[in-house]
Amino acid sequence: MSASLINMAYIGATVLFVLALSGLSNEESARRGNLYGMLGMGLALLVTIFGVVEDNFNMMLIGLVVGGGIGWILAKRIAMTQMPELVAILHSLVGLAAVLVGYATFADHDFVFSGVEKTIHDVEVYIGILIGALTFSGSVIAFLKLSAKISGKPLMLPARHWLNLGLLVLAIVFGKLFIEQSAAGGGLEPLIWMTVVALIFGVHMVMAIGGADMPVVISMLNSYSGWAAAATGFMLSNDLLIVVGALVGSSGAILSYIMCRAMNRKFLAVIAGGFGGGSTKSSENAVDAGEQGEAVSVEAEEVAQMLIDSKEVMILPGYGMAVAQAQHSVYELTKRLKDKGVCVRFGIHPVAGRMPGHMNVLLAEAKVPYDIVYEMDEINEDFPDVDVSIVIGANDIVNPSALDDPDSPIAGMPVLEPWKGTTTIVLKRSMAVGYAGVDNPLFYKENTRMLFGDAKATVDAVVAALT
Amino acid sequence: MIVGVPKEIYKGEKRVATTPEAATQLQKLGFDVVVETGAGEDARFLDSAYQEAGVTIAKDAAEVWQKADIVLKVRAPNDDEVNLVRKGQTLVSFIQPAQNEELMKALAGRGATVMAMESVPRISRAQKMDALSSMANIAGYRAVVEAAQHFGRFFTGQITAAGKIPPAKVLVIGAGVAGLSAIGAASSMGAIVRAFDTRPEVKDQVESLGGEFLMLDFEDEDGSGEGGYAKIMSEEFIAAEMACFREQAKEIDIVITTALIPGRPAPELWMEDMVKSMKEGSVIVDLAAENGGNCKLTKAGEVIRKHGVTLIGYTDMPSRLPTQSSQLYATNLRHLLTDLCPEKDGNIVVDMDDEVIRGTTVVNAGEITWPPPPPKLSAPPAVAKPAAEVKVEEKEEKKPNVILAWLPMAIGVLAMAGLGSVAPASFMSHFTVFVLACFIGYMVIWSVKPALHTPLMSVTNAISSIIIIGALLQISSDNESIVYLSALAVFITSINIFGGFAVTQRMLAMFRK
Repeated sequence: MSASLINMAYIGATVLFVLALSGLSNEESARRGNLYGMLGMGLALLVTIFGVVEDNFNMMLIGLVVGGGIGWILAKRIAMTQMPELVAILHSLVGLAAVLVGYATFADHDFVFSGVEKTIHDVEVYIGILIGALTFSGSVIAFLKLSAKISGKPLMLPARHWLNLGLLVLAIVFGKLFIEQSAAGGGLEPLIWMTVVALIFGVHMVMAIGGADMPVVISMLNSYSGWAAAATGFMLSNDLLIVVGALVGSSGAILSYIMCRAMNRKFLAVIAGGFGGGSTKSSENAVDAGEQGEAVSVEAEEVAQMLIDSKEVMILPGYGMAVAQAQHSVYELTKRLKDKGVCVRFGIHPVAGRMPGHMNVLLAEAKVPYDIVYEMDEINEDFPDVDVSIVIGANDIVNPSALDDPDSPIAGMPVLEPWKGTTTIVLKRSMAVGYAGVDNPLFYKENTRMLFGDAKATVDAVVAALT
Repeated sequence: MIVGVPKEIYKGEKRVATTPEAATQLQKLGFDVVVETGAGEDARFLDSAYQEAGVTIAKDAAEVWQKADIVLKVRAPNDDEVNLVRKGQTLVSFIQPAQNEELMKALAGRGATVMAMESVPRISRAQKMDALSSMANIAGYRAVVEAAQHFGRFFTGQITAAGKIPPAKVLVIGAGVAGLSAIGAASSMGAIVRAFDTRPEVKDQVESLGGEFLMLDFEDEDGSGEGGYAKIMSEEFIAAEMACFREQAKEIDIVITTALIPGRPAPELWMEDMVKSMKEGSVIVDLAAENGGNCKLTKAGEVIRKHGVTLIGYTDMPSRLPTQSSQLYATNLRHLLTDLCPEKDGNIVVDMDDEVIRGTTVVNAGEITWPPPPPKLSAPPAVAKPAAEVKVEEKEEKKPNVILAWLPMAIGVLAMAGLGSVAPASFMSHFTVFVLACFIGYMVIWSVKPALHTPLMSVTNAISSIIIIGALLQISSDNESIVYLSALAVFITSINIFGGFAVTQRMLAMFRK
């Protein structure tokens, strides 16, 4: 196959990938979008396998078949509540692959460069491996945190900012050494050292970030995996890799930006970590708020009665719904209420859950039709007309102090405003504070009722009482 | 412990202190419930319904008083009932301790504990047991119903074939719980509702129920007193208020007055000359009739006609809606007992350190504990000020940041220039592709629906495994270590490609209308 033909096929694949992403703009075209993605990948693979690969077909096929099989089984078996973990671990694989390809390129002496080109190539290899290693170790830690194999609490090393800075300086120093030695034909040693530094950096970065900031972390790692691919493209002078890497990289960056905006926090502040460590000030606030009043608790039967008597019901799910696996019960509740002529809608906060769009996927899994699931911006104005809002396992995203209290650690974060409706029912395990460590005045509002217990059990009880 | 509910013996009282539903809840707290036969009959709760709820039916009041450790009542006990009170018994009821000094002494003399439902402190956490509010809510609603009964026209305006019907105009004076309830009821029946209150902060509440708030042309005087009640206003204010009412009297069809100041006779707000200037057939409902009336012409407990206006002075509005009022009152009592019985073991603990229980308990084991110390008000108003000052300081600090905002861009421009000055042509072409691709990505991704962000992440994850091309490019190398590295990379990225696309497909298949 001629080089131009291969390139033409790559351009075709690029177009298909762009179509794949733009297909995701709504639910109807999304499936077609995914199909375009598969076609693009298939085209790129076929052309590369038949046009470029000359030898070692067996090894390649084994890798493809075994790896593909494992991926397929993983995708089929994974529970929807484990999506964040799956995405995190898949990101780590992209990072690892970037590292491997980087080392392979380094070891490959077919690329003969000299002068500036040599330096630029070395820098590309170096950066590719750096980002790859960072993505790999960061994603592994994110996976461990999300699957609760290690604590989700932020790890606060005493001089963590200095540690980060030190690692960065080390990476630059090794980079300089690597380029100097590489020009002389060596350079493996600084490369390995840098990889170690990047791995430590990735681990430390994600360790310092707490559970509810995970949506930002996952999107950020998503972005890094894209940049790793782009860097690999540069080192191999392959435009397809560059384009796809850039697409994925900017996708992840935008997602991180959206998530940060939804929490009204600076990206750097999230990455620097340590949010919600419970400063003395916020704990004092919590005590103050505690004196304001007492939460009124209700029983499931009363909730059922309230729901039957209402016309407009809004359900606001949070991470607690995912933890309790309550989405199917929630759908059952929705169905029962709809049968009784109650209008039920869902309001989703952008950072509800542990990854962008987490709640939507869970609700979709439970067969909740997507046209009754709304974004925060779409429904926040409708709350005055809502008779009953049900908050399921959410806390900070429905905290009025984000709007009222300029001293609150979450001040300025856009939140869902159920208190503007007639009644709010909060399903919660206990009165414990949310991730941000701030007490929630919503619980003490006159029109709020608390229904304590495991989200799934309480929703089931309400459904049972809806006779 | 046994909770007993005797039949109310006050003349015309139709309410009952517990309902079958509330009795079920009380049993969940560990109490046994005894109800006198026929106690709920007037409120349409039959003995059989109580029995179904697991309640024991007692044959007469004496049996209830004798068996029960806790007696729940609506009206304050009369002399006969006081004589049935045992030492150590707890009585929960309306008592009106301020007006009934002798009753208090008599009850204390019997060695009982007495909880007065009107003494529940008006703080937010005690709202669930605030029976005055529950009853006021019903009174407000019933006031509108009574007014409609005696008013000769529709409330709502209509255009019919037989001509145009103007809507009734209703004025509600005093936007407390009763007033607000009246505003809601009247406006939902279609009337034009106006409301007046000395406390300007209730304006929003009035408007939220569909009423129009009458503002006085008068410099700010806040009529908010302690515990959510209104206080007595200055003479100038009252003069302005009266002028406003005289103006309204000419066009208003129905007046509902609810103005009460605790511990004093009701203020006279609707003078005789206003009654005279009202149209023939108008109606006045005076919910303060029991305390002297907001209109001096009303007679407590009666309906009379004067100057062509019907004046309704019923003092038993809640009892005229007995099923509803019993239900709410029983729930208030149930909440109080829930607080009294923290262990849910059917035993009550009178914790005099608890603000709510302290306020409600007017006689504790034979000792008069009324009046309680004044309630602590939540949220002291002084807090707001320092916060505002801090804000100003922050704003001043923010200004120099303009330079910082441009810094990254300046660095970016310099870096690009630096790169451009040394980079070879081949690099530049790749770089062009890279930058353009970033922009395409930027445009495309913004159009992705937030609901699809998770599928987006999994599909971009699958796509980023395009790194496999890099591995494939090198797998045919002669160098064995490169081959192994590449093969491993192929293996890893394959997991990703198949896993990523498959899981995306699975997710997208779930999204349905």
